[in-house]
This record gives sequence, structure tokens and C-alpha cells, in this order.
Amino acid sequence: MNVSTTERRLMEGSEAIAEAAIAAGCRFFSGYPMTPFTEVLECFAKRLPDEGGACINAESEIEAIGQAWGAAATGARAATGSTGQGLSLMQESMSEITRAEIPIVIFNMARGQGDYFQATRGGGHGDYRHIVLAPQSVGEAVELTQLAFHLADKWRHPVVIYGDYLIAHTAEAVATPKIDFGSLPAKDWAVDGSLGGSGRSRNVNPIGMEKGSKGIDPNGFWQNLADKEDEILEAEQRYEAIDTDDADLLIVAFGTLARFAHAAMRDLRAEGIKVGLFRPISLWPFPKEALVKAAEGCSKVAVLEQNAGQMIEDVQLSLLGSVPVVPIGGISTDGAGFGIGALLDSDLIAGRARDAHAGRPVPRGVVA
Amino acid sequence: MTDPNDPLRVIPTDAPPVGACRQTGTSLPPLTLMGEHDLCPGCGEPLALRQILDAIDEMGMSQRAIGTIGIGCYTALTSLMDIDLIQALHGRAPSVATGAKRMLPENLVFTLQGDGDMVNEGLQEVIHTAARGENVTCILLNNGVFGETGGHMTATTVLGQRTKNSIEGRDAGEHGYPILIGDLLARLQGTAYCARASVHDAKGVHRTRRFLDRAFESQMKGQGFSFVEILTMCPTGWFLPTAEGPDYLDQELGAVHEVGELKKDGVLIEA
Repeated sequence: MNVSTTERRLMEGSEAIAEAAIAAGCRFFSGYPMTPFTEVLECFAKRLPDEGGACINAESEIEAIGQAWGAAATGARAATGSTGQGLSLMQESMSEITRAEIPIVIFNMARGQGDYFQATRGGGHGDYRHIVLAPQSVGEAVELTQLAFHLADKWRHPVVIYGDYLIAHTAEAVATPKIDFGSLPAKDWAVDGSLGGSGRSRNVNPIGMEKGSKGIDPNGFWQNLADKEDEILEAEQRYEAIDTDDADLLIVAFGTLARFAHAAMRDLRAEGIKVGLFRPISLWPFPKEALVKAAEGCSKVAVLEQNAGQMIEDVQLSLLGSVPVVPIGGISTDGAGFGIGALLDSDLIAGRARDAHAGRPVPRGVVA
Repeated sequence: MTDPNDPLRVIPTDAPPVGACRQTGTSLPPLTLMGEHDLCPGCGEPLALRQILDAIDEMGMSQRAIGTIGIGCYTALTSLMDIDLIQALHGRAPSVATGAKRMLPENLVFTLQGDGDMVNEGLQEVIHTAARGENVTCILLNNGVFGETGGHMTATTVLGQRTKNSIEGRDAGEHGYPILIGDLLARLQGTAYCARASVHDAKGVHRTRRFLDRAFESQMKGQGFSFVEILTMCPTGWFLPTAEGPDYLDQELGAVHEVGELKKDGVLIEA
């Protein structure tokens, strides 16, 4: 297939993500079908062989991430993905891969926003975090996908793209040229067999085991990981703050839902309510300092998320009680469970923000 | 590593040794790193490991081999193997090997797993990898118990075998039957080579080596999935005196998991 990567064309998010990953040099993908992730797998299956890469239709999510793990350990840019449920099965490997310091990209085409904790806290064992980027549009997904491969290699760390049904299945006009994020360290840790018999052969493992030594140094190993995560915390916070300078009410929302919040914000501004929007793009590391700054001078912070209240904990932990925080989101999904619920409605969001601003109670649930 | 030009040290025999005897000299295979390990006395795994490393070295694949290994006792093996390794999770090595081989098809990619790892936790992985005809070699070191956790029953434990959780011996009514994994994998179309060997005696060790050579050659010819099961001693996990390990292996495990080649060049070998 001959595709111009610099011309804008109408693409569904699934295709745009696969094209962006290939532009970033991804040459291995493995996945197991699950809506709304399925089309991402289909697009990789269609395109990777043309690029000299491999796409495996894995027999389970556990095998999908295992295969990507092996490919990434050779230094190749590799990715896998699924939907929240499938991601649950991958958590054990995600924990080990983080500790083995293997760069890998994982696409979560989630069903709504109920997987915020899964994405940001991780469901695996051990003391770890992985980078999570949440695009709000197909165009941003293209950019963040390429950034994800860069950050994975930069930090030797897994990066999760938190998308959803709308990102995967909405067509937008986008281009997918290769984006240059700068140089990266050599992958001298990756296995290729070439150091066999030299006494310096490599060991890619999740416990800090060194070749030719007895036992491990657990304290040093965990400290290194903790130090690296501290550095990521400092360096990789990403966010968008819109009209926050004069805001009295600050809405915090991420992903697709933030686009609806943006529309609601414009309506409320027209009514004379000074609303600002803060959108975390990196869910971990959570853009804490920027949120504190955006909330300065606000009388209230309203957290909009499509779940029973998960990101609100990060908002509260960032603000530490300096500004009152109220939830204006709620459980909202469609009959098929894909997270395309009634909350995806800018009028409804505007109404809730108006209530929160006026100090009226905001219902927790949303009837679809 | 020890200098091969050093003269062999002579151990004095006119007085009893002051400490426990330790082998000295240059008997290590070329791909073995010097160092301590945590394996138990009487363990059969070092015998199997040595055959694997020798086979790789003599094939001239020392600088093109990648091993993916499981956990448990295998963590202790990693520090001794002077080849590039990826440590996978319990059961997941065949998938990890798949990813590595797809990216580096010219390399010799193999897994090294125990029976708890491969046949309990990772049964699905090894079956799918074989069925896919994935061009990797899976090596199973089968001792019929979870060694590192202290001698518990696995899916290959034979009927009557005493383990920590089959204390009166494995009973089919209560615990079901052992899985003869080699026989199962041999029947899959994607499997090109399949064999079972044992390291309980010198003849078995030589046969192990021969089967490994054939499996690795099969992979490098691109024939598809290859599999070598090696029966190994675990006197610690069997609660036996070290010296009784080899005979127990031969008579108990060996009687059920019969040694021999099961498939060659994609053709089943009928018993």
C-alpha cells in the first residue's frame, strides 16, 4: 500500500494510530481482538508486513504482551494493546516489563473512563508506575503515539496510550509524518546474542540479576527504579490549560470527554460564568504543579470524568484542600458497555458545571 | 574464567581435605560463567544446562543465541549462562521467544522452562507456539515437581509420586493424571522435531545432547517448532538422598515419561 504520510486524509483513529506507530518505527505488534480495540489490530495486521515488520494475531492477551515483550527485548520498537478487560490480563506482564526496563507501547482502547485506576496505578504486583498518555482527538493520538515510542526508549519504560471507542472509531482528517523528538541513547542493553561467550552477555530480567554474580541487590534495584520514576515525574508532565487565568470555576477532564467539556465551557463563558478547562494529557505523571497554578484564584474545581470518581483523587491530592473539589461526572455508559454514555453531551455538562458553580448538588449517576 | 593453559591442579590425597571438596580446573563448558549458584546437591539441571551450552557452542551459534527462561530455579541458572537471556514470567517464555525470533530470525532462540512453568502455568503458551509452527526450540527440564517452592505436585508428577501436596502419592481419583507433554506436542502439525531425554546416566546425557543438536538444527533449517524434554533429578523436591536421585528418575518418572524421539522432520515416530 502506498500511503503519503504528509498529506491529510480522513482516517479512523485505529488506522491513524497504526500509521503513526509505523512512522515512529514500530515493527512488531501483537494483539487479540476486543471491541473497541479490534480495528487497531486489523490495521497493524494490514500494514506491518509491508514495512518488513511482524503482526501476530495472538491467542490471548497474555500471549500478546509476552510476544511484544520478546520483540522489544531485542531492541525493536514493539507494541501491543487491548481494551480495559484485556489490559487486566496483561497487568502481570506490564509489571515485570516495567521492572525489566523494557520500552514498549500499549494501546488501551478503553470502554469509557472506568479504567483510570487500572491505567495510572497499574493492576500488577510490585512497586511501579508506567507513563500514561490520554489523547482527546485522532490528531492528538497520532502525535502522542509517536511520542509514546520516544518516551518508552528514552526512559526504558512502558508507555500506555489511553484512548477509547471514540478515538478508535471517529474519522478525522490527519497526516502521519514521522515526528522528530530528538536523539535517544543507544540500546546497548538489548539482546541480539552477539555478546555470548564474552563474559559480558546480557540479561534482560525483572529482578536486577547480573551475570556471573550470586544473588541480587534488591535495595539497589528498587532504588534505581524509584529514582527513574522520580525523574519521569519531573520531566514528563503534560497538560492543556484553556482560559484558566481569569477562571472562577475550573473544569478538569481528560480524553474525549474533555472535548465535550470544552464546548460546554464556551457556552458558560457566553453566559458570563468564568470557566477554565484543565486537561491532563499525561495521566501519570499527573500534571500536579500546573493544576495547582490553574486552580489559583478559582472558587471551585469541578472534576468531570465518566466513572464513579477516580481521577478526582489525583486532583484532590494535587490541590491538598486549597480549593474545594466537586465531582460533576458519573457512571455513564451505553447499552453495549462501550462508554459512549449520556455524559457525552455538552449541554448536560454545562448544566452540571452551572449547578456546581452555584453550589447546587450535582447527581452522581447519569441515566443513559 | 579459568585460564585453559593453567596446569591442572593436583589435589593432595595424603591427608583428609580441610573443607568440602570442590572441583577445580577447566572442566566448565565454554559458555558457562564462573560463579556461585543456588542449585541443590544432586540437581539434574546443571547436567542438562551443560549439554545445551555445549550444543550451542559447537554449532557455532555462541554469538547468535538468545535464551528465554522462566522463573523458580531458573533464576539461579541465569547468572551462569554466558549467552544473552530474557527472563520471562512463569509460563510465558514461549511467547517471549516468539517475539524475539520474529525480530531476529537468524538467531537461535530457545526457551528453558521447568514442568511447573511450562506444563502448569504456561500450557496454553507452549501449545499455541507449537501449533503456530513458530520456529523456536522449547526445552523442558522435567523433574515432576515444583523444585523451588519445595517439592509440590505439578502437571507431570507421575501416579504414586509423593510430593508435598500429594503426600500419600499422586492419586488419579483425587489429583488426575500426569500430562505427557512431549507426546501431546508431537501430535501438533506445527511441531517439526520432538524428543524426550534423561540425564540420569552417561548414556542419557549423551542422548540428551544428540536430541538437542537435532532440535537446534531443525530450528536453523526453519522447519518449525522443536521441542526437547529432559528428565532431570530433584532429590531435594523428591525428599530422597542425593545418591538415589538418578535411579528414582529412571524407574519412576522415566517409566511414565518414556525417553526417545517422538517426531523428526515433521514425521511422527511410532513406538
